Order: sequence, then C-alpha cells, then structure tokens
Amino acid sequence: MFKDITLGQFFPGDSFVHRLDPRTKICLSLIFIVLVFLANSILGFALLGGFILLVAIITKIPLKFMIRGLKTIMFFIVLTAFFNLFLSTGTVIWQWRFLKITDRGLELALTMIARLVLLIFGTSILTLTTSPIALTDGIEALLRPFKKIKLPVHELAMMMTIALRFIPTLIDETDKIIKAQTARGTDFESGNLIRRAKALIPILIPLFISSFRRADDLALAMECRCYNGGENRTRMKVLEMKAIDFVGWGVTLALGVIVIILNYVRI
Amino acid sequence: MEPIIRAENLKFSYKNQEDGKEYEVLKGIDMEVRKGEFLCVLGHNGSGKSTLAKHFNSILVPTEGKVFVGDMDTSEEDKLFDIRQRVGMVFQNPDNQIVATIVEEDVAFAPENLGLPREEIISRVDFALKTVNMEAYRNHAPHKLSGGQKQRVAIAGVLAMMPEVIVLDEPTAMLDPVGRKEIMNTIKTLNREKGMTVVLITHYMDEAAEADRILVMDKGKIKMEGTPKEVFSKVDEVKAIGLDVPQATALAYELNKNGFNLPLDILNTEDCVSNIIKELEND
Ligand SMILES: Nc1ncnc2c1ncn2[C@@H]1O[C@H](COP(=O)(O)OP(=O)(O)O)[C@@H](O)[C@H]1O
Ligand SMILES: [Mg+2]
Repeated sequence: MFKDITLGQFFPGDSFVHRLDPRTKICLSLIFIVLVFLANSILGFALLGGFILLVAIITKIPLKFMIRGLKTIMFFIVLTAFFNLFLSTGTVIWQWRFLKITDRGLELALTMIARLVLLIFGTSILTLTTSPIALTDGIEALLRPFKKIKLPVHELAMMMTIALRFIPTLIDETDKIIKAQTARGTDFESGNLIRRAKALIPILIPLFISSFRRADDLALAMECRCYNGGENRTRMKVLEMKAIDFVGWGVTLALGVIVIILNYVRI
Repeated sequence: MEPIIRAENLKFSYKNQEDGKEYEVLKGIDMEVRKGEFLCVLGHNGSGKSTLAKHFNSILVPTEGKVFVGDMDTSEEDKLFDIRQRVGMVFQNPDNQIVATIVEEDVAFAPENLGLPREEIISRVDFALKTVNMEAYRNHAPHKLSGGQKQRVAIAGVLAMMPEVIVLDEPTAMLDPVGRKEIMNTIKTLNREKGMTVVLITHYMDEAAEADRILVMDKGKIKMEGTPKEVFSKVDEVKAIGLDVPQATALAYELNKNGFNLPLDILNTEDCVSNIIKELEND
C-alpha cells in the first residue's frame, strides 16, 4: 500500500547543482526567495524566471517533478490572482456587469502569480537536488552560531536524522499491521467517517506501542556506542566549500544586483 | 588466561513500579570473561542474561558486589566511556540499533562520538565494513537490507569502536536461517581470525555448541559452567533447568535409553553418525 512513497522528494543526480554544498544551496535558495519578493519589474521577473529555468535544465530533473510542487498550491494561486484581479482600484480596462478589471489589478495579479510560481520552483530545486541527510547537515552547520544563545542545534539535527531513519521502518510496520488486521476482519474502507476513524484504532495502538519499544532500544544502542550528546563529537563527513560553490554564489549575487538595478530602471 | 570482565558476587534488584516491591534479578554471580575466548550464555527467558550483559558495559551497575572491566570498576562514573568503548554490545532487533540513514554513516556513529579525527574515523569504517563483509553496501540505505545484513551493519557499528570484547544479546533471534548463518559466520571470524573476545547470549543450542565455554543461567544464578561437551553431556541436568541439548546429543541420549552405549559429548551430526556406525559395527 505504501510501497511507492519516497523520502522527501530527492531526485538523485550528479549535476552542477547536485554537487553544490548543502549550505550553499540553502543560502542561495533564501537569496532567491528574497529576490522574488524584491523584484517589481517585468525584466526582473523575466530574468529570475530564465535563471530558474536554466538551473532546472542543468539539474536534468524532468519538468513534471517541478510542476508537481505547483499543483498542491494551485488553488491558492488562483484565489490570490482572482482577488487581485477583480478587487483592485485603478483605471478600468474591462468591465462586465459588476465585474471589472483595472490596469493596477492586472499588474498585481500577474506579479502574484509570477512570485508564487518562482517561489515553488526555487524551493523545489533545493529539495529535489539535496538528499534529506545533506539538508539536515546543512541546516545544522548553518544554525551552529545560534548554539551561543542555547539553541539545541545538534539535538535538533539528531532528531531529524532519526526521524528520517525510522520513517521507512514505521511505514513498513504500518503496512504489516494493516494486513494483519485486515486478515482478522477489520474493514477499513466502508462506513461513514466516524466508523472509518474508529477502524484506525487497531492500527495506531500497536504502532504506538512498537514505536516506544523501538525508541527504548535505540536509546540503549546509542548509549552503548558512547553517545553523549553533541559535545566533543567529530564528524566523518565534513562539509567543504569548493570552487563550484563560489561560482554558485557569484552567479546568484550578480543576478541579485541586476534584479535590484532593474527595479529603478523605467522602460 | 587473564580475565577481561570479572563479576564478583554480583547482585542486581529493581523496584517494581506497581507493587513497590524489590525484585532480585541477579542473585550473586561470580564469573569471568577470558581474553580471546568465545563464551556463550544460555538460559531461558527471564533468567537474567540480558541484565547480566548490561553490567558488562556499565549500562547497569550492581546493587551489590562488583563488576570489573580490565582493572576498571564499572560503578566508577568517570570510566564510563572507556568501559563502553572496550565492551561493545549488539542487540536482538537490528532495526532498532541503526541510527543513520546511510550504512557508512551509521558505522561512523561510535567513532564520531569518541571524537576521533576524520582520517581515523574513515579508516575504522573501512576496517569494520570489511570485517563483516559489507563494503559493497557502504552507501546503501539500511532499511533496504536483509535482516542478516542489517545485523552485520550493527556489528560493524560496534567494531568501529575497536572494542576488546563484543557482547551479542540474542543477535539471531529475529533472523531467518540464512541470516542466522551469516551472523554465526561473522562471529566465528571475529573470534578465530581477529582474536576478538566474544560473549554470545542465545537460546539456540547449535550456536552454543560452537563456543569455547558455556555458562548456563537459571533464575538469576549460574547453574552450570564448562565446555560445550562438558555441559551438554549432562543431559539430565540441562533438561532439569528447562533447556534442550543439541539435536545430535539428544539423539544419542535417547538411543542410550534403548540399549546403545554412545558417548554423550556428541555435538554435531558428523560425530553422531560416525559414533552410531562404530557402535553398530561393534555389535
Ligand atoms: N528494570 C526492570 N524493570 C522491570 N523488570 C525488570 C527490570 N530489570 C529486569 N527485569 C525483569 O527481570 C527478569 C530478567 O530479565 P532479563 O535479564 O531480560 O532476562 P533474559 O535476558 O534472560 O530473558 C525479567 O523477568 C524482567 O522482566
Ligand atoms: Mg534477554
């Protein structure tokens, strides 16, 4: 039943973007998001759109994976566009009964659509080209300075790693429990909502019990392997900024400068 | 031979949460684990085997008596990590002892905790994966491996600490016959070829038959001690504790009841067959 669920939406590959350090990718994605909100010229949006398209082509990720992210927020995009389109003030350019479109409304609607689409594409590229584990390592490294203000950075990263490690195991287990309960005659498919919610109880209870037992076992195994929190811990894989990371930074920063300049150039 | 782990009059009790009473799980145990040996601990469920094992690396400390690892007392807190590094422990469920999402990162977990330099971690991971014959799976996700492979990764994760003793608590209990064979072969390689001291807790008699020495536990005490031949030839005593003997020994025992005169220190099929043939030819 759950066999085809993949973890996150990582799409393995060996492209320039895939090989960037996760810290670089996280930072550049954030810069890109800021730029998407700063831009307010047609040329600026065109540039950002062209950039993200180029990056998508470099990653060799099929377009349908990129578009999948859009589908989930399609409703939201349509709704925002609708409100902006019909409810803004300005010079009327089209009217039918009480519905009217103004020049300002059209501009706002198009800007919103452009921003949301670019936002989704930008973040999709980050999660599609970075494995969950690399993402965790990157976040941990970037948050490290906040340890000084007592943010439990190592602990958060360890929790994320363990969650990622156990998601497939728990999915397998859920699958087994469902089969076992179905064999005992539990009916998960028919009946009203309340009935179906009740049918979930014989799945959830064994799942919770076994999760606690797993947690207990894992804590013991970690202690036996000298785990003592993040203190004095070293890492086998150390994140390293390489030449390609500087290229990535350079290109994105140049893009940023141009987008901001374009805001002030009137054409 | 010099002991690596030594328990002296070890007693352990815990307080039951429900009735508030003290229960004594270990009732005065004297034993030792000798350098380089393959020691097997037998006993049925609830006899205290796991509780004893947890005293070997300071997960539990005795309520009374002492446990020493080398010359370190396991109840001294400042020796904790020294002790855990010297006595590695592997458990029953391979799924519940793998921490990371990639095999090599899991094996690196212990050396990372020990704060070793990077090159040292990498060479230990290489060594550990090679020892359990899992180098080919370095970059695999653990959840896609078979039970036996997962358990080998768990063993590698402990080997990466470079322990002197490896304690395995029913490592084959959740595995299929193929997985069991993989793990027994790994254990034998570790002991015979790498000279590692092994303590194996099991309830499979054929696994115990491979050990150098057996301890039989019953109700928190050590009831029998000796080589597999010495222990299993006392068939009546073993059965009184509620355990079985290896199938070959059991067959010889039953045949003797019916007039045969076979030795009872037969542990495997080959010995059994040759002894029966000899007996038949004599008649
Ligand atoms: N901390 C504890 N809390 C509750 N029960 C315990 C505790 N420690 C040991 N026991 C009990 O002690 C007995 C021996 O356990 P264990 O050492 O796991 O035996 P074995 O591994 O030989 O099956 C079991 O009945 C177990 O329930
Ligand atoms: Mg046990």
